[in-house]
Parts: sequence; C-alpha cells; structure tokens
Amino acid sequence: MSDAAFPKRPRRWMLYAPVGLAAAAGVGFYAMLQGLRDGSYNPRGVPSVLLGRPAPDFTLPALEGVDLPALTAEDLRGPLPGPVLVNFWASWCAPCIIEHPQLMRLSREGVAVYGVNYKDRMAEAGAFLKRHGNPYRRLGRDEPGRTAIDWGVYGVPETYLLDRQGMIRWRWAGPITTDTLESELRPLLRRFA
Amino acid sequence: MTRWIFFCLLLALPAWGAVGDPNERLADPAKEALAREIGRELRCLVCQNQSIEDSDAPLARDLRRLVRERVAAGEEPSAVIRFVHQRYGDFVLLRPPVTAATILLWATPFLALGGGIAVILLRRRRAMAEAAALSPEEVRRLAELDRGAA
Repeated sequence: MSDAAFPKRPRRWMLYAPVGLAAAAGVGFYAMLQGLRDGSYNPRGVPSVLLGRPAPDFTLPALEGVDLPALTAEDLRGPLPGPVLVNFWASWCAPCIIEHPQLMRLSREGVAVYGVNYKDRMAEAGAFLKRHGNPYRRLGRDEPGRTAIDWGVYGVPETYLLDRQGMIRWRWAGPITTDTLESELRPLLRRFA
Repeated sequence: MTRWIFFCLLLALPAWGAVGDPNERLADPAKEALAREIGRELRCLVCQNQSIEDSDAPLARDLRRLVRERVAAGEEPSAVIRFVHQRYGDFVLLRPPVTAATILLWATPFLALGGGIAVILLRRRRAMAEAAALSPEEVRRLAELDRGAA
C-alpha cells in the first residue's frame, strides 16, 4: 500500500535481536554455572584486598601455656628466608580440624607456618595443639578479633601466603584440603620459593 | 490508662528488638543513630544479605563495635566506611561503587528506560508515517469510491 512513498526497510534485525540477546544471556549463564562447578567463580567469596600488598601492622601476644614465640607484623616483613603461610584458626572451628593434617605436613616439609589463634579460649587452643599436633613456628593470639579485621578475615580457617619480600600473594578462605594443597598451594610454594 | 501504656509499649517493641544488644549502644542517641546509619551501609560478610546492623554473626558484632568506637571518637561517617572498605573491599559495601565491573549493574535501569522510550518513539513514528501516506493509486481509488457514493 504505502510501499511507493515509504519503501519497506529490512527490519529483520528486530526479529533476531531478542534471539541474539537470549543466546548471549544463555552463554553467560552457562559460563557462570561452569565457574561455580570448578570453583573459579564464587558469588559468596570475598576477594582479599591485601593481594600484592604487605601484611597490615599488628602485634599479637603469645598463647600462654604453649611454648611458641608471639607474632607481629615485623616477622612478616621481607626479606624472608622463604614463603610464609599465615593461618587464622580456632579450636572451636570444625573445618580447622579438617585442615590441620595439611598444615602439619607442610610444617614437616619445612614450610614456615605462622598461626593466629582467633577468638579462642587459651586452654582450649592449647589442648587443640596437644591433641592434633603443632604446625606453627610462631603463634599470636587474637582474642578480640581486631587483627583479623585488619587482614580482612571473615571466617576461620583462612590462610595467607606471603612471598620472600613479605608481599601477600594468595588468600584461601576455608580449609586447605589435600586437594587445595596439591592443586593450588604447592605450585605457589614452588613459584615463590 | 495502664492499658494504654501497655499498648504503646507493645507498639514500641519492634524498635527495641531492632537495636540489638543494649550494651552495644552508644550513650549519645545522635551518635548511636549515626552509627546505625553507617552500619546499614555495611554488609555482614558471614550472612551476606544482611547489614552488620541486622546480623547476629560474631564478626558483625565486632564490626558494629568498631563502627561505634570510631563514631564515638568523632570520625566522619565516610572515614568509618573507608576504614572498613580498605579491609574488606567493595564486597562489604551494600551500595556498590561505580567501577568498570559494576557499570552494567548501575546502567541497566537507564538502558531499560532508554530502550523502552526508543521502542515507543519508533512505533509512534511508524504509525504517523502510515497514517500520512496515501499513494497516488489510493488517492485515485478514493476519488472513484467518492464518485460511486455520490
């Protein structure tokens, strides 16, 4: 009818645009699911702001009844003889028990593991180390939990890896399982050795 | 009269429940209100869809205490929020800042609005164009019909 005055413009894109949009959304959703499955995407994970930065300043007292030196930020300033792990843990934390054998193994292999005992009772923390063994070279006690906040810790266990310059290179929230140890931590320990 | 007083207390009950542990509160009501306002901007990292003011998690309690200490010391709200932000990153802010990663999030309402307006304008223009256009053929036919009717 009006074709002579207004030649029909090809408007096929209007048909394809929603289909294309839906396809793009589908691909994105699939990528998200895939990431959820292999752990590369965690919507509840809180990325650490400390990566690539030195440890924040802190001074923690030693745990009474346990014969270990206390922990301060000075112990984490480079140059260090090797990479250092800083592990936040508590005797009341069940995943810490799952993680403990891996820390013990690393400690036996000569990796420097430093501990921060988070919001714990002294006697129970000591009993935990007696029962499960002590992987720590140094152990600080953070009963008020303020040092943990300075590190951006949001739950125990949480573990940080520092390179020889004292820069934080890796943060793991949750227990270090044998799987985490082999697939994540060991390659990093080799790289920063 | 006592019934009325009890009724009023009953109405005030939710407000009491909302403020949590009375030991946490600051003595100065203005500062307490300010601290609560700041706390509502901060996400509890443990139960993640609650603010630290709403959460019962121990970490939220620690952060509430930290906020109150800083407010009591006379720190600006923006400085208190910056202090927590420096430790926990963007995730702790319930209102995410505009960055390259969040720009789509912020832009979506405007994109949707702009898209809707564009569709409406397009359709109107087309409707107007169709109404305005009569081809010479149509004009001739219309005249013919007019003649036939007369």
